[in-house]
Amino acid sequence: MSSAPGTIQAGPAAAGKNHRVRGHQERSNWPATIVLLVCTLSVLVPLYVTVSMAFKTTGQAVDGNAFSLPSPLTFDSFIQAWTLTNFPRGFAISVFVSVTAVAGEIIVSALAAYAIVRNWDRRLFRWSFFYLLAAMFIPFPVVALPQIQLTGLVGLDNPLGVAILHIVFALAFNTMLFTAFLRSIPLELEESMRIDGAGTWQVFWRLIFPLLGPMSATVGIFAFIASWNDFMMPSLIISDPEMQTIPVLQKIFQTQFSNSYNVAFASYLMAMTPAIVVYLFTQRWVMSGLTQGAVK
Amino acid sequence: MSSMTKPSTGAVVTSPAAATTTKTRKSRLDPLYYFFLFPALAIFTLAVTLPAVLGFVYSFTNSVGFGEFDFIGIRNFIAVFQDEGVLSAYSFTLAFALVTVIVVNALAFLLALGLTSRVRFRAALRTVFVIPMVISGIVIAFVFQYLFSNSLPLLGQSMGIEPLATSILANPDLAWLAIVVVTAWQSIPSAMLIYIAGLLTVPAEVYEASSLDGASPWHNLRHITLPLVAGYAVINMVLGFKNYLNAYDIIVGLTDGGPGVATRSVAMSIFRGFEGGDYAYQMANAVIFFLISIVIALIQLRFTRGKGGIAA
Repeated sequence: MSSAPGTIQAGPAAAGKNHRVRGHQERSNWPATIVLLVCTLSVLVPLYVTVSMAFKTTGQAVDGNAFSLPSPLTFDSFIQAWTLTNFPRGFAISVFVSVTAVAGEIIVSALAAYAIVRNWDRRLFRWSFFYLLAAMFIPFPVVALPQIQLTGLVGLDNPLGVAILHIVFALAFNTMLFTAFLRSIPLELEESMRIDGAGTWQVFWRLIFPLLGPMSATVGIFAFIASWNDFMMPSLIISDPEMQTIPVLQKIFQTQFSNSYNVAFASYLMAMTPAIVVYLFTQRWVMSGLTQGAVK
Repeated sequence: MSSMTKPSTGAVVTSPAAATTTKTRKSRLDPLYYFFLFPALAIFTLAVTLPAVLGFVYSFTNSVGFGEFDFIGIRNFIAVFQDEGVLSAYSFTLAFALVTVIVVNALAFLLALGLTSRVRFRAALRTVFVIPMVISGIVIAFVFQYLFSNSLPLLGQSMGIEPLATSILANPDLAWLAIVVVTAWQSIPSAMLIYIAGLLTVPAEVYEASSLDGASPWHNLRHITLPLVAGYAVINMVLGFKNYLNAYDIIVGLTDGGPGVATRSVAMSIFRGFEGGDYAYQMANAVIFFLISIVIALIQLRFTRGKGGIAA
């Protein structure tokens, strides 16, 4: 498969055409459709339980029947979850971590990838690429303990520190994606701009960075999903419980409010909704991004 | 060099890029490029290399995470190998990763096959199947924890299935199954999308030609589809295994390592380094874990090169 994003997005479409051509001879595969529809229950039932539990009263929620519809329907649990977890504060902190991670991952890796690709014949840049790639083999748990110490030492045991760590641990993969993409951009485009007197700075921001758009979208969406949902890093790095992100805040329902299932589920629902909404609106890049990362 | 990066993104276009850059900019280097590269190198060095080196040094000491310490040689490493808690964490994590990789790949491949066949509502089905990927591991683990400890036992009792009548999360022999289920639930979508991409690279004509020759669908699957997606299976297994070795969020949400220490992963045992004052000891554990991860990755990459299907 080519490395240009256009071709990759065209991939499924082209294949769809093939299917349609074959569709003239063979009809829709209803048995497979029905099997797949049944399989969606494995996804939908846990989500249904989350939603229906969230709207139940505390009295109904403790009866253990997860699959019943809420009767009566109540919003009380959302109000309680909102105050118990201090949702606005957690939300603001999660948004801060995610936005910083998204912007940081795109900009830091795109800049590095551009420098590396354009100077591949220079040892420093070539070696930097392999140095950054090594991060793929260093999982967070391996360096976690010294990292916790160091972030505490330099005052980064806070949401900003977590965002930086997200940028670092995604660096290898993102730089790899960007370098592969940059290599498919013809140098002639850039040269004509340089002849017109543009420097490296203008070339990058006016020409290269806009061309990287689809790749940046993919990197950004995955950065958002990963940082919004992460539990491990914030729970270990952020020392002040008041500064915790949304996923970590959910822990209070295991310890302090363990019988208010309806409140817990309302809180879970509020925690998972933003990522689902972002996914539904950006599906195209989620799908193409994963396959780009794998196929190229 | 190119063999080193074979399974990676970089490898495919390495040489042409090198050629074009040589042509244009051998002589003069804009110093701005250093400035472009610097942030990535700086944060990587400070946030990964430095802690990795520190951790390596600490693993030969008796540090408790603060204050003074002495170098004690490889005593921590010897102790790790004699620590039953740590050994059980390793065997649990490896077994869990292996089972999960198999379950995830089998189901993801079947779903991908289904979603690339002539089913109705294909786009909608795919949208639904991908949702688990975007849900927080710890949050969905809490949801499943409720289902496993409340709803499933009710179901088991009413149907008279003995092992399900009590919470499987409280059963040291079965709790790991729950972790496999939830981890698979969350990781199947990404593996499935990669398989779909792989299946779509097989031109429809290949199947048509094969069918004209009288090949059965089973024959097509066995002799056309499976060999062509083998490379994608390797990607899925390498990426998946790496993630499952670091399992943490879902286990915390489901069992928190229990009952007892039955489902404590390596990551969980390392993080305990800050609780019991065995900081340096757990660093030795982390060094061992790192070496094991590297060895597994190298074995997988070796296997990948044999298959040679990825960069194609």
